[in-house]
Amino acid sequence: MVSTVTAARDIAAQVPDPELPILTLADLGILRDVREEAGTVTVTITPTYSGCPAMREMSHDLRHRLQQAGYPEVIVRTELSPPWSSDWITEAGRRKLAAAGIAPPNPAHRRVAGPIPLTLTVRSRTIACPQCGSLRTAETAAFSGTACKALYRCVECREPFEYVKEI
Amino acid sequence: MIEDEFGAYHALTESEDDHRWAFGTGFTDALEGVDTGVAEGIDGDALAAYCLMLGDDALIYSHRLQQWITRAPELEEETALGNIALDLLGQARMLLARAGRADGTGRDEDRFAFFRDEHEFRNVRLVERLDQDFAELVARLLIFSAFRLALFDGLRASTDPVLSAIAEKGVKELTYHRDYAASWVVRLGDGTELSHRRMQAAIEVNWPLLDELFTPHAVEAALAGVAVEVGTLRAEVEAVLDTVLATASLDRPDLAPMAKLRGLAGRDGVHTEALGMLLAELQSVARAHPDATW
Repeated sequence: MVSTVTAARDIAAQVPDPELPILTLADLGILRDVREEAGTVTVTITPTYSGCPAMREMSHDLRHRLQQAGYPEVIVRTELSPPWSSDWITEAGRRKLAAAGIAPPNPAHRRVAGPIPLTLTVRSRTIACPQCGSLRTAETAAFSGTACKALYRCVECREPFEYVKEI
Repeated sequence: MIEDEFGAYHALTESEDDHRWAFGTGFTDALEGVDTGVAEGIDGDALAAYCLMLGDDALIYSHRLQQWITRAPELEEETALGNIALDLLGQARMLLARAGRADGTGRDEDRFAFFRDEHEFRNVRLVERLDQDFAELVARLLIFSAFRLALFDGLRASTDPVLSAIAEKGVKELTYHRDYAASWVVRLGDGTELSHRRMQAAIEVNWPLLDELFTPHAVEAALAGVAVEVGTLRAEVEAVLDTVLATASLDRPDLAPMAKLRGLAGRDGVHTEALGMLLAELQSVARAHPDATW
């Protein structure tokens, strides 16, 4: 018999992301904490971007699934700090992204002291094409269908693809 | 897998408890589950006024960016502008929600966005103007995001934990916004004779509104440790602008700041005529159907 909090955590972890349903909230690293006290489950999540319109759907879906599983009292908390980093996407999440044709993020830049550096040219990242694996890829747009992705194309196989930006 | 995909959209398709993000849907708590208590020694009214200043900048400018949707020169730029506008709207939602908690009125973001009149808005005048071309768009986005990035970078150290968290998150977003605008200013400034001329003109249109960004306000003075002293940001922001202008072969304008009205400007609720027209559009549905739900 697994403890109730473990069971609740498993349910919360399996909730899919509304924008990228191939990933679960746990894969994406936005599930911060699941607690159970006196029958009330408290789930803490964090937004990827300030304007992420999926937060409400996630919160709703979490509540719905946990209630279906027999936890009538569910509280979903938002935690803003520290802010989400693409580094929090798990290894499993990265594999699922790549399998879906979306390039997973490179490590986020470590912040150094002083003013935030300005990038005036197209970012030169080394990104492998999720279709053919070639490293000869180029950014075509800094933003894509969602705020968290940039648009790329492969110079080798000519396929366009999305890349989850490092933040 | 199929079941999971269905599950992901469950909240969108369920009819009895509908929470979509639009006016009248009850989707109004950007800080749900966040501890929004105001610490001892912090003036709640001043904190609320400060949140409105920063929130209104983002709200009004987000609306101006949204007006470019279906009008951008390329699909990629439209997507970029939509995403930038969404980031700013997200920042605005949290800041307006924070204002309603801090002043004790409990007003939600809709109340602030749709039911205040022009003189109650606290945004700087830079964000109000209707862009006349793409060069004006990127010129203003550069100035705005360079300023807001420096401001949010400073705000990370705020003694108000909610403001600090909003800023910490916003810094990552604004870094992308500033880079996007800067790369376009360079491309157009350092492009053809025509694009150079129009980019220079666009910088000059926006330049007189730069000074207001660094003008200290009584609200900031009342929030030592919570608010950022904007005067201290000037050197950093101007250094960024100078770097971009030099790389773009553009001249730094030598223009007087836009006049104020008896010393008052955007942060005091004194705006350009463009804001009234913007608000007429932004608020029209909410005002025509104040009790609407759907």
